[in-house]
Amino acid sequence: MAKQAKLFDSKRPKSKDISWCPGCGNFGIRNELMDVLEEMQYTPKDIAVISGIGQAGKIPHYLNANGFHTLHGRSLPIATATKAVNPSLEVIAVGGDGDMFAEGGNHLLHAIKRNPNITVIVHNNQVYGLTKGQGSPTSMTGMKTTTQPWGVYDEPMNSIAMLISQGCSFVARAFVGHKDETKEIIKNAILHKGFSYVEIFQPCVTFNKINTYMWYKNNTYFLHEHDVTDKEQAMIKAFEKDPYPLGIFYINKEKPCFDNHLPPYKTNNTPLYKRQPNFDKIREKLNYRSF
Amino acid sequence: MATFNVVLGGAAGQGVNTTEEMLTKVLKQSGFHIFATKEYMSRVRGGINTTTIRISSEPLRSYSETIDILVPFTSGVINWCRERISESTVILGEENFRDEAGDDITFIPVNAEKMAKELGNKLFINTILSGLLCSLFKADKKILTKLVQTKFEDKGENLSQENSDAALEGYKEGEKICKEYNLAFDVDQDASVGETIVLNGAEAVSLGTLNGGCNFVSFYPMSPATTVAVDLVNMAEEMEIIVEQFEDEIAAVNASIGAWFGGGRGFVTTSGGGFALMCEGMSLAGMAEIPLVIHLAQRPGPATGLPTRTAQGDLNLALYAGHGDFPRILFAPSNISEAYSLTTQSFDLADKYQIPVIILTDEYLVDTYYNVDRPNVSEKINHHIVEMDKKYKRYVLSESGISPRGVPGYGDGILIANGNEHDEYGDTTEEAGLTVAMQDKRMKKLDILKKETLQPRFCGNENYDVLLISWGSTFDTVKNIVERYNHKKLAMLHFSQIYPLADISAYLKRAETVIAVEQNMTGQFAELIQKELCFKIDKRILKYDGRQISEEFLEKELSEKGVL
Repeated sequence: MAKQAKLFDSKRPKSKDISWCPGCGNFGIRNELMDVLEEMQYTPKDIAVISGIGQAGKIPHYLNANGFHTLHGRSLPIATATKAVNPSLEVIAVGGDGDMFAEGGNHLLHAIKRNPNITVIVHNNQVYGLTKGQGSPTSMTGMKTTTQPWGVYDEPMNSIAMLISQGCSFVARAFVGHKDETKEIIKNAILHKGFSYVEIFQPCVTFNKINTYMWYKNNTYFLHEHDVTDKEQAMIKAFEKDPYPLGIFYINKEKPCFDNHLPPYKTNNTPLYKRQPNFDKIREKLNYRSF
Repeated sequence: MATFNVVLGGAAGQGVNTTEEMLTKVLKQSGFHIFATKEYMSRVRGGINTTTIRISSEPLRSYSETIDILVPFTSGVINWCRERISESTVILGEENFRDEAGDDITFIPVNAEKMAKELGNKLFINTILSGLLCSLFKADKKILTKLVQTKFEDKGENLSQENSDAALEGYKEGEKICKEYNLAFDVDQDASVGETIVLNGAEAVSLGTLNGGCNFVSFYPMSPATTVAVDLVNMAEEMEIIVEQFEDEIAAVNASIGAWFGGGRGFVTTSGGGFALMCEGMSLAGMAEIPLVIHLAQRPGPATGLPTRTAQGDLNLALYAGHGDFPRILFAPSNISEAYSLTTQSFDLADKYQIPVIILTDEYLVDTYYNVDRPNVSEKINHHIVEMDKKYKRYVLSESGISPRGVPGYGDGILIANGNEHDEYGDTTEEAGLTVAMQDKRMKKLDILKKETLQPRFCGNENYDVLLISWGSTFDTVKNIVERYNHKKLAMLHFSQIYPLADISAYLKRAETVIAVEQNMTGQFAELIQKELCFKIDKRILKYDGRQISEEFLEKELSEKGVL
């Protein structure tokens, strides 16, 4: 059966040669994202995918949508600002566990607090891929890596607990192997007004021999009868492991959203690139300084 | 031209600023040209901060350390200013500061504290002193009382009237002192002062950004650059712009990149330490060809250095910030008018050439104010962007090196921006040929920039033997000296654009002696001239104690070098 062309599949020359390893979880995430966007009836011009550095960060090159492949760890301030100046765009930040938790940790913390209306997708494979197999903030204790040859001695970062504790307005975790459920989570994240965090478990077939497809399948389960507005319950679930819960942990629709407080849009929705400054007001300001 | 320098000195929180504000406003409204600059310590309370207020019949721009009138608000001020005090200095202070002044100095006791108590409130002391100082220059009494009343308006009618009375008492006391000690500080009024406005460097930069179409400001607080952000945030609602304090300077610069990418006009304000953190972002802007406008208000480094003092030590940092090669523009406004106009221009240049533009000011320029002609307000902003069609490629290998820049959502096409080396679409490449072609394309823009470089300003004797080379905020001070000693065959070339550098080889070759005048330890600009123009400037006048080069300092240095 011939594959039907997907709207968000890129036809650009370099997009044909996808540089992820065969079997990489990134392929699945890319497919799920493309499907969701098309199902939600977005067109490529509506979307901006802003990525950091790492294997996950390459995703803009394999999508037919606006994209910005930025720096390691810096996608969140860039995405926040892009959305702020161009509010009709749907802005999706993408990065891996190293990108978001290590290099970009401070930005993640403050994006939670600022609560811009963007979605972040974290490809969590619990190891560094592009730089070839070093431990990541989420590598499991005891895992031997190229730079922790005796095994990682410390405990992995619990990002879900960290995000809920700081009151992130949408917190979810998925596993790339569950296509439909992952799509549903991404869709909800995009629809949520505020900072939506989706962590997706994905195997690194080359460097992580512990957290394989089978491991994730056997060590996860879907949250059920869970009240997403109950922060305490969400926190309890965040600390569960073996198996790790999947699904939406927490939603807070009341959290003040950065984008709601921006002066340019109080009376006017024109995008900033089409605007002129108010020169009369500048003249007034200068007059005011006549001392 | 009669010019007098009044220095107010006191501990932080003692009201020196209130007195300064009342005095300068009354003097300006009375038709005098005013100039004020401060030096202050990095502390919220205590210590010693001083303000130098210059009053003249003509526009004043240069910095002079001379003190004609010193008003100490606390003990220690006289000693702090000792080197600036001369035989002609008059100290007006409370009796208990007399010992500190010593015998060789004219000390006139002022019982402002006692007067304030008698008038019923110790806090009147600042109003009394303002009135007293106003009277020395025969400033308009009506303007004084009106201004004081307005200032204390919201404190209630009584307090407002009492302060106004206190100001008049001070005025009378001043008249008495002038008579008793036979003092005269005669300065002519100038009707044209009324047309001028008063700006400090920070305000000039802030208003310049607005005039340049800035609509997104991102920053992390750092002296002396924060003032600009504070100014802008206070205008944000009215001007309909976004001003956000980010978690660090890394986020601030990247947010600005994100704003430009999304079609906004971003602006970042920081100082050396903050800018150091932005180097990675500079590099991203260079590779992804995203415009960037950064205001770098210099203070002495390295590291925390002297947080509230001035320097020109970050030229090299700004020039070389970011790994790899990419074009950039460095401006260093010479004065307040240029702080406004060059900031405005920076936005157009950044947008047009898709490059970082850095505006190098310093603590001195940011904190100094004087009355200036009303600057021009633009008529229109040119957004250098294109509507994208479905075939759009972000990084077209164009003849000029400029690839038309799209904005997400504008037109039916899409764009890919990239910090990795890329093909014309913006997708990552490792091909050798393309790598070279893209680097060459980006660097081609430098050729156009070189042609558009601001020429330095020449002042002084056309038949000069000695040529001074200076840049940034020292302009008016150096100019003053060069004009004063025109007969010594002295001239200057002053730069407001640091990079790309104008070719001044012909000027340099004509001079017998070239002297670089800079506020850093090594002569960073002289080194740049040597690198770019193969001309070594051996003689250098360098000041790196955190204080601005003054007329007196420059005279002394030039004398020691045998020029004067």
